[in-house]
Amino acid sequence: MTEKTRQLPLFLPRELFPELFACLQKNFDRVVGPIVHQHAVVYQELESLAQLPQGFRDTTEAGQYRLYTTGSFRLFDCVSSAQGIKPWLFLPEEPLWQLSTGVDASFESIPVDALSTAWVGARACDLAGLNLLDKHFLHNGCVDERYQKRREKLFVVAVNCHRSLATCFCASTADGPEVSAGFDLLLDELNQGFVLVAATDKARSAIAALELSPATAAQIAAADVGREQARKQQRVMPSPHKLAELQSANLSVEHWQEVAERCLTCGNCTAVCPSCFCFRATDDTPITGEQHQHGRQWDSCFSDSHSYIVGSQVHKTAEHKYRQWLLHKLSYWFGQYGRSGCSGCGRCISWCPAGIDLVAEANRLCSDAGGDAESVRGDNGGPYDG
Amino acid sequence: MADPWLPMLAEVIENQPEVPGVATLALRLVDDQQRQEYRFQWGQFNMLYLKGVGEIPISIMDCEGDHILHTIRAVGRVSNRMVELQSGDHMGLRGPFGNHWPLEGTEQRDLVFITAGLGCAPVLAAIRQAILQRQRFNRIVILQGVKHRHDLLWETQYQAWRDVPDCQVLLAASEEHAHIPHWSMGMVTVLLEQAEFDINHCTVMMCGPEPMLRASMQKLLEMGVDPQHCFLSLERNMQCGFGHCGHCQMGDQFLCRQGPIFPYSRIQRWLETRGI
Repeated sequence: MTEKTRQLPLFLPRELFPELFACLQKNFDRVVGPIVHQHAVVYQELESLAQLPQGFRDTTEAGQYRLYTTGSFRLFDCVSSAQGIKPWLFLPEEPLWQLSTGVDASFESIPVDALSTAWVGARACDLAGLNLLDKHFLHNGCVDERYQKRREKLFVVAVNCHRSLATCFCASTADGPEVSAGFDLLLDELNQGFVLVAATDKARSAIAALELSPATAAQIAAADVGREQARKQQRVMPSPHKLAELQSANLSVEHWQEVAERCLTCGNCTAVCPSCFCFRATDDTPITGEQHQHGRQWDSCFSDSHSYIVGSQVHKTAEHKYRQWLLHKLSYWFGQYGRSGCSGCGRCISWCPAGIDLVAEANRLCSDAGGDAESVRGDNGGPYDG
Repeated sequence: MADPWLPMLAEVIENQPEVPGVATLALRLVDDQQRQEYRFQWGQFNMLYLKGVGEIPISIMDCEGDHILHTIRAVGRVSNRMVELQSGDHMGLRGPFGNHWPLEGTEQRDLVFITAGLGCAPVLAAIRQAILQRQRFNRIVILQGVKHRHDLLWETQYQAWRDVPDCQVLLAASEEHAHIPHWSMGMVTVLLEQAEFDINHCTVMMCGPEPMLRASMQKLLEMGVDPQHCFLSLERNMQCGFGHCGHCQMGDQFLCRQGPIFPYSRIQRWLETRGI
């Protein structure tokens, strides 16, 4: 069989979805998927299919995220989530080593016991975020073994978006809305079921028992229409080369003050960002003093301690901090890893309590810097077009 | 692959107080194999861990036999405790990390070392190495600035370097008001006016606070020194040592991995902007 025929889209009737779920549960230590928790979609280990956000849709704008019910039987109508895949591979907090005390004191590495994980519901921006983390933690000259072990045991069931939110701009970063790489199984949800592509041997063996038929031309066309609709609803970032040049632009402090006046430096944007990789070292000593543990914890370039050196801070003010965040994400990344560090997911926009809009800021800065920024399309009809 | 996070156990062999608040620790790796395999190059740094307190990056002042020397100023939670360690105490050591001073490729050039304050420590081993291989280089010029004369570390060492052929040693104190033999009044940049070196065939290596680096670079450029041959050792918050934790970024550079030593041309635009 040629690679092309092996990737021929299949069709998974809706009534067979529970069997796909059962296959995943059988083949992996855990199945992680989207659920509704505290009025938001979050990823969690799934016990049953009933936990998926069936009949829910999300809507976002700067500083806002809401869920509403549609009564639909669709499982994957929620496009965004509070977090992407990052917290499952690069843990918010984890121990690295411990030191026992006494005469035979020694440093001992704390090993990682990675579970094989089927991750259901990954979007194009989630996988792009993963690719960005791979560049940093696996391909920058030093491998992060903890990240690598979890990464190797990840099985990705991706879902193509058929609608974009008012904060989505993954087409501008060339990461979506279609999923094009980094998945094992890929789903396009239609009313009657799913157009499905199995891209890896692992995926083909996981679904072998389902004996699926090829998708019909009409089913494939319906999926195409859905993806095209998502593409049309996207917002527009300045082009990559304009962003790459932003670091060299002669932007005076006023350009950053304008946004710094609104920025609370809370670090929400860095916490929800799928590619933010900063972490701080932590040291814990129990009250008995018998064993010391050294670990790491997510850090943010908005925290005061992030740039601390000998009694001072490099990034002292909100404009320094916001400049560091925006220029690093959109511009310095080109020098570090050959592309922008943004996957266009829009989480930093919807979860910013001050409603600072990265797309609007980037367009404004590029325009101030003298480039012809693309026009921002605005709310483009919002999510209800979907 | 060895876990790059895991420190090696090191014993404090000696704590040599230098000036108030500054001490040089001589450390020895406890494990035989680790001790034999440990190699450093001039200008690199180690991550030093103190049990239950924390871990900090400290430049390697020098290695003497199997002793690894670190000169530490008490400025924060961890370093305050480190300068109090006594022989027989233990600590953790990871490293060495970072790149090194460009002593190769500088044969028959004048070497100019410009340092201020504790910036002399990461350069000391390179100066010693250059003097050990004296015939490889042309003139050696050593400029060091401090606030007060009593802040100067290793005054006898500087004195000894004065006796090395074709080696010029100049010292400056910015907050002294009376004349001291061999000393100038002012910042280290005033010494550049007295320094004798060939601006067309020199390699400059500098370490110190960023304002001092900026001022020295400005002076060197005015003198006509080629910025390609000026190397600066920079400092940032560092918590891993291999470019992962993100704290040491300056523009698109990870200082701990791609630095801490950079040719001026590579970091010029970041150095010139405050808060980057």
